[in-house]
Amino acid sequence: MSGFLEIRGLSARLAGTGQRLLRSVDISLPAGSVRGLVGESGAGKSMIGKAVLGVLPKAVEIVEGEILLDEQDLLKVPPAERRRLIGAKAALIPQDPLTALNPSRRIGPQITDRLVDILGWEKARAASRALEVLVEVSIPEPERVMRLYPHELSGGMRQRILIASAFAAEPKLIVADEPTTALDVTVQKQILKLISQLQARHGTALLFVTHDLGVVSKVCDTLSVLYAGKVVEDTTVQRFFAAPQHPYSQALLAATPRHTDPAASLQPVPQAVIDAAMAEVAADDAAWRPQGGAHG
Amino acid sequence: MLLLRLTLSRLLTTLITLVGVAVIVFVVIRVVPGNPIAMMLPPGASAADIDRLKALYGLDKSIAEQFLIWFGNVLHGDFGTSITTRQPVLSLVLDRLPATLELSIMALVIAVIIGVTLAILGTRLRGRKAEAGIDVANGIGLSVPDFLWGLALILLFGVIWPVFQISGRVSPRLELPFTSQFYLFESIVRLRFDLTADLLSHMFMPALALALPLAAIISQLLKQSLKETVNLDYSVLARTKGYSETRVILSEALPNSILPTLTLVGVQFTFLIGGTIIVERLFSYEGLGNMAIDAVINRDLPLIQGIVILFAILFTFVNLAVDMTYAFLNPKLRHA
Repeated sequence: MSGFLEIRGLSARLAGTGQRLLRSVDISLPAGSVRGLVGESGAGKSMIGKAVLGVLPKAVEIVEGEILLDEQDLLKVPPAERRRLIGAKAALIPQDPLTALNPSRRIGPQITDRLVDILGWEKARAASRALEVLVEVSIPEPERVMRLYPHELSGGMRQRILIASAFAAEPKLIVADEPTTALDVTVQKQILKLISQLQARHGTALLFVTHDLGVVSKVCDTLSVLYAGKVVEDTTVQRFFAAPQHPYSQALLAATPRHTDPAASLQPVPQAVIDAAMAEVAADDAAWRPQGGAHG
Repeated sequence: MLLLRLTLSRLLTTLITLVGVAVIVFVVIRVVPGNPIAMMLPPGASAADIDRLKALYGLDKSIAEQFLIWFGNVLHGDFGTSITTRQPVLSLVLDRLPATLELSIMALVIAVIIGVTLAILGTRLRGRKAEAGIDVANGIGLSVPDFLWGLALILLFGVIWPVFQISGRVSPRLELPFTSQFYLFESIVRLRFDLTADLLSHMFMPALALALPLAAIISQLLKQSLKETVNLDYSVLARTKGYSETRVILSEALPNSILPTLTLVGVQFTFLIGGTIIVERLFSYEGLGNMAIDAVINRDLPLIQGIVILFAILFTFVNLAVDMTYAFLNPKLRHA
């Protein structure tokens, strides 16, 4: 079965040193389903989201692979066309609501800009659509809020606005990049529920980048466990929590805090597991020859 | 109301500043060697003549006494009479002010246009050779002072490729229908674009000479700020919406990068006005600066005082204008 988003054999490296950052990543995301991308810091989970949305830092170069969005390989489309495609079919829910809204622009235009400039909607239609999504994310007095500046709103409100903005154009794919990490714990839960509800209602495919396995168990259908830029386990959420296959997955699960038994939780990932995973990655690197081979 | 409070407190500090400036100028030009009397009398004048002339201009009294008399008159709007031209200082100075204002504002406009354009271009082409080229241009712009730019421009556009006027404010043969000294402004209002063209042709080189160092500062600072802003989260978010790099720079980054640049531009603009003194001299442009040099050479004490006070007023108003623009542009301050 071919998903709405298909990442095949995606490898990326650092432009200067040639260090590998992503190692033949395969990810399939059927329309309307939710996949979690988990792993520790630096595992490359955010980078996959950025690669899909075409906003990788300049220092990162994609060496090979395909990113098929709605059956079109984004890496083969010219840049201007790629931007338009991504803007029309995908959206980002960013990590930090305090920095993701432009402080010198009012809320309204920050929601409607994509609809008007990229999708060519009439201004009035875009404005009424913005009101609609703001109501959907439970923003009180949406007309007033649209005229406010970001600094006049709380972090939780701003994240709701960013979620509304992401859903405004009815994208088929949303990348949520740790959307609750920067929020208070009490707000986290509401935001998570909100994203889940909207996703289900709109039938959006959701790529959920997180380091929090608790979040994964609540929101996702499937998940990919990343270690050093390599997918070490690709499974369903049910199977993962019942019986994780890869030793690193098992260690990761063991490291998750549990309310039921706080003393037994917070196990660090054993050194042996890290060594084994690194060896696996090294073996993988040894066998790897970039296609085309133009780069040393 | 914030703006009103800001303006009032600013006016108060302005007054204190001006009194301070007046005291310093008054004392300094009387303490330095050289005096106006020596310039007015032929060599070999008798001591009695010198004393009589000194008494006439009040220069026989102590500096403190002189200051009090002068200051009392200033409070009544009387800045004294120029020793060389025997005309009231106030009208002399106000007559020349528009010329200098037009030149400074023209220079500022040129500096902003060049500086902002280079900053945007440099940000768009960041990491490429073109950015290094812009950095080099900024470095040269910063390290060459305005009067040297003036000389270079005279050589380039006055001698090698004579397309602009080197000297004066307007061609002497022209009939001027103006009622104010704001020639450029008035020529536009009266739709006399032939005169506008002539005025611009005279103004272009001195304005450009004054503008280049400021343009380099604006370009350098704004580019730095833009390069940080284009990597912030909201700029990245705008890219995922489908916006091009140029659009991200212009509509996401620029409005947020302008503010930190603005404060510095204000300070630098006062330096630019200071620069008019030498640059006006260089281009024989009939403004305040040119007059200031004449006044110093002739030891025309009342005129020097008048000009310096006017420059001081100008500087404080520029700073006030910058602060108010800042408050107006920053939504956080506007609603405070």
